[in-house]
Amino acid sequence: MKAGVSAWDGVQLAGSALMGAFLILPVLGLVATLSWEDFLGGLRNPLLGPALRLSLFTTSSSLALVVVFGLLLAWRVARNPGRASRVLEAIAQLPAVIPPAVAGVGLLLAFGRRGLLGAWLDRHGIGLAFSTPAVILAEAFVSAPFFVQSAIAAFRRLDENLLVVARTLGASPFRTFLRVGLPLAAPGLVAGAAMSWARAVGEFGATLLFAGNLTGRTQTMPLAVYTAMESDLRAAQALSLILVAVAFALLFVLRRVAPAAMLPGTEARGA
Amino acid sequence: MLEIRVARRIGPLDLRIDLSLDGETVLLAGPNGAGKTTLLRLLLGVLAPDEGRIALGGRVLFDREQEIDLAVEDRELGYLPQDYALFPHLDVIGNVTFGLARLARSERLRRASDWLARLGASHLARRFPSALSGGERQRVGLARALARNPRALLLDEPFASLDPTARRELRASFRRWLAEWRLPALIVSHDPADASVVDRIAVMERGRIVQQGTAEELRAAPVSDFVAGFAASPVT
Repeated sequence: MKAGVSAWDGVQLAGSALMGAFLILPVLGLVATLSWEDFLGGLRNPLLGPALRLSLFTTSSSLALVVVFGLLLAWRVARNPGRASRVLEAIAQLPAVIPPAVAGVGLLLAFGRRGLLGAWLDRHGIGLAFSTPAVILAEAFVSAPFFVQSAIAAFRRLDENLLVVARTLGASPFRTFLRVGLPLAAPGLVAGAAMSWARAVGEFGATLLFAGNLTGRTQTMPLAVYTAMESDLRAAQALSLILVAVAFALLFVLRRVAPAAMLPGTEARGA
Repeated sequence: MLEIRVARRIGPLDLRIDLSLDGETVLLAGPNGAGKTTLLRLLLGVLAPDEGRIALGGRVLFDREQEIDLAVEDRELGYLPQDYALFPHLDVIGNVTFGLARLARSERLRRASDWLARLGASHLARRFPSALSGGERQRVGLARALARNPRALLLDEPFASLDPTARRELRASFRRWLAEWRLPALIVSHDPADASVVDRIAVMERGRIVQQGTAEELRAAPVSDFVAGFAASPVT
């Protein structure tokens, strides 16, 4: 019995070590193979400034869109169980399983000049494809499921009694959402928003196909990495390191701000 | 006066209730699945009756024929659920002032402090619910409900989550408070000992009120095994 447990321990340790090494090696590769001079040189690459500014602008815009509309959808789905909610929830999960390149084609066929909605927009003088708003739409599309799922889960964990009591105390449904639902679901919402933002920062495929790769207009950080790779691997590496730093900072903040919400199955405070 | 005449069918439960509370306190007893919680939800407005009418002090809260169905927040009912449902992100004073949003800030604080004092909970004002005992939570939950001057009280197992000592103390306090306020109050309970708090007992089985009366009346002529068992239990 004891020998069996030990063997099992060994398998676990070996598997964990292999998995950990596989996950950390690419990050180590980025850091270890770049000299300080090369890194500073990479930071001076002309692609960096515009791409960084554009990424910051477009990801904060897409996050705002996702949070505002995602909150409404998540509250509706979580508080009104039924067939319509199940359909809505499935739709909100869809972008997470669609390959980003396919999402780009879909966005083009929906909002492009000859697209389902794009043709109508075009007649009214609004051209979305290959513009900065297209970047925002692409990022919002691929990142929405991360926030919406987390928000639905956080709202579902709320204690129904708290919401009923709030109503008996004279609060309208909207005030109940604002004063009780939002604060109690906050850890889950913050975690979801952070994951959603991280996905938007890294978005590549859908942006390339729907918005293109135009410096200063649609070339976000991942697209700048891709462009730099064609001419200068060191510059690509320096740009990548900035994205890695952003990812680490995000992970750090997440573990501090919303540790409970990052563990599936843990209850929100007061739930 | 709270007048209840409602019917609602949910799954196997066919609920039909005809009950009036005239400024008195009634204990609603019954086995699990009898429909006690469903009745509370119908009264609160969380669930709509299939038919019937609910009126409180001459004001119609629900009437299927007249198509009246007041929203939860317009029913003026004080509700205390079993776990007291204090808002964990607000301190005690924040909980009690929650329902007083329409008053000026100073009036809000004055009224909340006044109710906390009446229920012997003034010293808890700045504490958060997580730092309160069961009995303290109950007092705060009650102060929060009463601060809005409700026209009736609905209490769901108000003593179930207390330890035996707190239970005895709070039952005694409740008897005093309810006698003082003369509010129609419906107390849902499993515990025969809670009968000491109320004027009358109504026993519910399979969605119907099967018998009403004082503990002595139920004991003298119980109509079912449940009533016999409930009324025979010692009242402390």
